[in-house]
Order: sequence, then structure tokens, then C-alpha cells
Amino acid sequence: MTHRHTRSAILLAAALLVTGVQAKTLRTADQGDALSMDPHSLNETTQLGFTHNVYEPLVARDAQLKPTPALATAWKQTSPTVWRFELRRGVSFHDGAPFSADDVVFSFQRAADPGSDLRGTVGQIKEVRKLDDYTVEMVTTVPVPILPEQITSLYMMSKVWCDANNAAKPVDKRKGVENAASVRANGTGPFRLRSREPGVRTVLVRNPQYWGRIEGNVTEVVWTPIGNDATRVAALKSGEIDLMQPVPVQDAERLKQDPNLKVLQGAELRTIFLGMDSKRDELLFSSVKGKNPFKDRRVRQAVYQAIDVEAIRARIMRGAGTPTNLMIAPGVNGFVADLNKRPAYDPEASKKLLADAGYPNGFEVKLNCPNDRYVNDGEICQAVAGMLARVGVKISLEAESKATYFPKILSRNTSFYLLGWTPTTYDAHNTLYNIMATPQGGQGVFNLGSWSNARFDELTTQIGVETDQGKRNAMIAEAMKIHAEDFGHVPLHQQALAWGLRKNTSILQRADNIILYRTAVVQ
Amino acid sequence: MSTSAIARFLDGDVYHSFKNSPVAVAAAVVAAIMVLGAVFAPWVAPFDPFDLKTLDLNNSLLPPSWTESGQAAYPLGTDDQGRDVLSTILYGSRISLLVGVASVALAMVMGIGLGLLSGYLGGRLDAFIMRVADVQLSFPSILIALLINGVARAVLPSDANIDAMALAVLVGSIGLANWVQYARTVRGSTMVEKSKDYVQAARVIGVGPIAIMLRHVLPNVLGPVLVIGTINVATAIITEATLSFLGVGVPPTSPSLGTMINNGNNFLYSGEWWLVIFPGSTLILLCMSVNLLGDWLRDALNPKLQ
Repeated sequence: MTHRHTRSAILLAAALLVTGVQAKTLRTADQGDALSMDPHSLNETTQLGFTHNVYEPLVARDAQLKPTPALATAWKQTSPTVWRFELRRGVSFHDGAPFSADDVVFSFQRAADPGSDLRGTVGQIKEVRKLDDYTVEMVTTVPVPILPEQITSLYMMSKVWCDANNAAKPVDKRKGVENAASVRANGTGPFRLRSREPGVRTVLVRNPQYWGRIEGNVTEVVWTPIGNDATRVAALKSGEIDLMQPVPVQDAERLKQDPNLKVLQGAELRTIFLGMDSKRDELLFSSVKGKNPFKDRRVRQAVYQAIDVEAIRARIMRGAGTPTNLMIAPGVNGFVADLNKRPAYDPEASKKLLADAGYPNGFEVKLNCPNDRYVNDGEICQAVAGMLARVGVKISLEAESKATYFPKILSRNTSFYLLGWTPTTYDAHNTLYNIMATPQGGQGVFNLGSWSNARFDELTTQIGVETDQGKRNAMIAEAMKIHAEDFGHVPLHQQALAWGLRKNTSILQRADNIILYRTAVVQ
Repeated sequence: MSTSAIARFLDGDVYHSFKNSPVAVAAAVVAAIMVLGAVFAPWVAPFDPFDLKTLDLNNSLLPPSWTESGQAAYPLGTDDQGRDVLSTILYGSRISLLVGVASVALAMVMGIGLGLLSGYLGGRLDAFIMRVADVQLSFPSILIALLINGVARAVLPSDANIDAMALAVLVGSIGLANWVQYARTVRGSTMVEKSKDYVQAARVIGVGPIAIMLRHVLPNVLGPVLVIGTINVATAIITEATLSFLGVGVPPTSPSLGTMINNGNNFLYSGEWWLVIFPGSTLILLCMSVNLLGDWLRDALNPKLQ
């Protein structure tokens, strides 16, 4: 360990001499840790965002979130179902091994493994073929016009390294599968993983052999999860850290007034919503036996109309949220302003709907909720529990850390849950396909309540292959309408981004809440 | 207890020493008020903060009533969910006290039982129990409680009633983390007592070992255990608060004092001071009064100080 440290320190020192930059450390904190360093084990922004500094996709996103070449330099569609990618030459992994087509073929296979959480991303890919060392072809089951945009969160791993470290299969927290890729990393990115203490701190150092340009001046990143809001704020105020997110909504104004600090705010593309089990014949974790109230559209509508999102926006989010009726945010392709009108908050109507559905006295059900993943997630769930209690739906709330929450709900061990989703393609299809369509193969991997509608599924498939933008958007609108009218999920709001920084630190803020340390400048 | 027993108590040393200790009287009064407030919370508290139906987000984060924007209905203000802080403190103390007393009772029963067996029977059983105790004593009890808590949550089915289960897990984990002190104290006293004449006499006339332990030894070793128990109620309340503060205690919809302090802690920098000050002060007062009572009881029952 010491030996390796010395070696990387020498390399780093050499690199610094050559480029003449000073060693700068960025100390940063997040409300929760990445659950693993394996880039294929959880499709979650915290984990994918952090590992993006170490691993890279074929196609990345620029500051405006437009696709930009990363490990692939060019791509084109050679037939409706075939995409060809030219790979970047002269790229090496952190262990020195060259990056080539074999690694691409391997990484796509790894991501398609049943244990992978990114199987939705590669669900439409039938085969990845190596043409030569620097060219691959992807064959899809159906024509996929936006394939390059769909694979921007699928990072390339080294085949040799994974084989040598018994990490050829992804880490699967649901089944308790762990391997070396959880705590070590070997990517091609601008930073390498120096040390990893889960839940405590993770240290990255700059990769002196990085193929691209590093815009910022940071040579070392120390990343600490600080779950407690006040502690995170205190750490920033005292100068213990340079950057943290999210800024607790109650503290944003005060931090802005602090002469040493600044707050970067922006709209985030993430939609927070509630999902209900509308598949099982008997609802789990509930007082109702022998049937499932959430199967009834009226019950789902009752839940929807019982929730006062405006109060949540004003009181829990202190204005830092935008209530929504759609599962996608403005800014995501396919957003239809006309459909974004929420049915009124109406507890009386809600009670009546419950009575019509045969639950005049309501029922009891458990609500699963993370308390360290989204802005004020635990508080939102508490408020929802209160609002539902008023129409007779008694909630027992299980709010817990995402480390136990995600494995639980991803195993569909839930009747009622809260989740947030940013479509990584910035296109509605990603949300339709992953969150809303009937679970089947790669489709509906995160449709954890298994809401299902045949016409919706048909539209989702067609949207995936349609190239005419006008027709495509019309189909997206139709699908969104079907889902909204059937109350498939209960969308709540889009949360706002808020990062707190010391005045001497600057960094690019992307609307997908991915933090790229290579853009950080510490003075 | 008959009237003569009460009269005897009022005439006895313990009551006399209580009467002459202003600290003990003050502590007893404070503790009594808080315990009564907690026990009769449903009648005393203006609202039922555990009844989610009554919460209104539009009443959230109101400051205490004597401040400018406070409302008379909420004397100590409201929290971020619109719960009345005063009512939540009363109901929350109820949980804290329940967990405190129940976990001490559990620890006592376990500790006394194992201590009696260990001290009276001796031999391998004694060695085994005491080595287990040594091992457990080498870890801080909060760590043990966290461990038991984590294991219990993973093992127990998750579809049970969350509130009741969370309480049972808390009581179990705090109780199991604290039995060692009782066991060691009881074992020591038992070893002294068992060689005394009255025990020998009982044995000679053919009383069985279990009857001797329970009827003859136990009453004579109980004094110090009661003192430890009283002091430990305060410790157990703090342990519960710590676990709830760490987020592994009671569910957030039925907050205890620790949950309230945890929640209030999030608002330390945003000016909503009443969310942490009031539950925090309550916890301090409660633990301090129980502790002072324990101290007094220790002195009162110590024959060397009389």
C-alpha cells in the first residue's frame, strides 16, 4: 500500500513539475455516500456521478448536457439497427493497460448481467461486436435513433483488470454480491481512486496520464459523506470543506449572506414521485388482506388528490421545488406544458374515491422512504403520511438510509415508495422505458410498483424507434397522458439544485447534479 | 402496602434522609412533574402529535407563543411538520421514559438472574458468564446497542407494526447492552451472602438452591442493584436519545426526545432554535433529576454513611 502510494506520489510530483501546477486539494461533502465504486451496480446519480470522475463512457455530456466524444471519437448509424463507434486511440487505464475494443465488448456484457442495475440502459442492445481493436458495432433489437445518448452513463471497465480481480460480474447489493470493484477502481478518467473507506471518506488523485484536457487545477479530491444537515453546513462555514451538496433548504439564504461562501443554484432535471404496487394480488405490508387497493385507479387518484404539493413546496422545500404532474421536468425532451396541470388537491374528493373503491374507512400501508438521498426526502414522506392520514390512509413510515433502502425497494420489497429520477438521456423515452413501462427484460427495471398499460408499452416501443421528431413527441404526449389519467405514479415535484462553496472555489454546475472535479478550481 | 408499612417508612432512615436533602426533594419534584406529564400526556397535552391527521403543514415552524409571530395555541412553537413542540415533548418523554424503564427492567432481570446463578453456583458456569460479561464490558454499551439494534432490524420481519417493533428493538438492545453491571454486582454480593449463617441454615434444613437464591439471597443483595438501576434509567434514556438521534430509534412519525433533538439539529443554523432547545432542556432536566435521585438513594442506602 505504502509502496503504491509512494509511486503515485512520485508520478504526481513529476506531472506537477512538468505542467507547473500546484497541488490543490478539493474537500467536498455530500449528504450520502456512493454505495459502491462499481459503475454498473446502481443506477443512481450520486454513484454514477462520483465514479464518472474515475470511469468514462464512450459518449459523454458537455456543460450543456449535449453528447460529446469521450472514449469514442465518432459514431454513426450504418443501418437502422446497427451503430458503429470509432474508439479513441492511445487511452490507457489507470493501471497502464491500453483501452481497446475488447474492454468495450466486456463492459457492455457486464452491464447486461442480471446483477447489473444498468440493464435498462443496454436493454435494447442485442450484441456488441468488435470489428478491430478500435472499432465496435452495436446491434440493437429494434432501431434506436438515440443510442449514443442512451449510453452516456455506461462506463468502460478494463476486461483484464476485472478478470484478474474477480470482478467480471457487477456488485449486486440486492443479493449481497460484493467484489473488488466495490472498493477499488481502474478507469480511464481524469482522477484515479487512491483510497476508499465506505461511509467515511474517498480520496481521488489526478491521473497524470489523462488523455483529455483537465480544465481545473485540482490534484486531489477528498470526498466525505455528511448526512446531518447542520454538520454539513458547519463543515462548510468552518472551512473544513470547500464544496458540499445539497445545501439544506432552510440554510440557503444564510449561507448566501456569509462573505466567505456562495451558493450555486439551478433547476434540476430530477422528478420526485411516489410509486404504488399495482400488480400484486394482495398488498404487502398492509391491513388489507386478499386484495390490493392500489390496483384500483380510484385509490391511486385518491392518494394523488390527498397530497397538498403546494404545502410541501412552500413549507418543506421552502420554495426550492416545482410541483409537477409529469414524470419529466421542463428541459427534458418530450415535456408537454399542457399536460403539466395537476388535478386539484381535494381531500374530500379523495375520501369519496376511497369510499367508492370500497375503503370508506381507508386502510393501512407502509411507506418506504430514503432519508439521505433527495432534498428533504424523509420530511416529504412524513408530510405525505400526515396528508394521507387525513383521508383515512394510515401510513406506517419506514424512513432509512439509502444503503438499506435501495436494495429493499429494488427487490420490489415494497408497497409504496418514494423515488427520484433524472432521465440520463434528457429525453422522455428514458423515463417511460425505465420508470413507467411494464417490467420485462431491460424495460421497467425501476417501475417498482409494476404499473402496466398495454397501449403505453406499445407507444414506448414505438417512441424508441421513431426518428421523426414531430411524430415521436406526439407519441410521448399520448403516453404521458395515458399515465397521468391512470395515476400510474404520483409525481410530486422537481427539486432545485443547491451547492454550497467557499468563495475561493468554483466548479461547473450541471443540471443533472453530476459533479465533475476536473472542472473545479481552488484558489 | 398497609398503613403501618407506610408509617414505618415515614418514620424510617430513608425517608428521614430524603426529608433532609433539599437536592433530593427538588429532584424528586422535577422528576415527578415530568413523569406525570409524560404518563398523562394524552390528557395534559394540547394536541396529539402522533396522530398524523391533526398535523397541518401550514402551521409548521411557528416560533414560541411569546415571540412576535408566535401563536397562543402553540406555547413552545411547532416543528417542520406542524407538530406542537410542547405536546411532542410530553409524548416524546413518554417514549423515552418507557424505553428507559423497560430496558433497565430487562437488564436488571437478566443481570440479577445471571449474577445469582454465577455467584451461588460458581464453577464453570460462573467462569463462563463472567468471561462473557468481561468481553461485553470491553465495548462501550452504545456500540453493543447499535450492534444488537442493527442485527435485530435485519433479522426481524419488516411487515410487522413498525412502531411497536421499533420500541421492542430499542428496549431489547439497550437492555441487553447493560446487564453486565447488575450481574457483576449481584454475583459479588451473592458470594458474600452465601457463606453467611442464614444461608447455611437454610441449606441444612433442606431448602433447594433456587428457593435459597430467590427467597434468602436476593432480598439481601437488592439494595445496590436498585441504586444502579435508578442511575441507569437516566443512562438508558440518553442511550435511547442517542440511537434515535442517529436515526435507528423510533420512527420519525412518533418522535422521542432524541428524534426531536436530531430533527432540531438540522435547523441549528437557520434560526429555528426552539426545535432543539426545548427537547434538549427536557432531556437534561429529566436525566439530571433521575441521576440526583439515584445519588441520594446510594448515599441513603449506604450503611457506612449513616
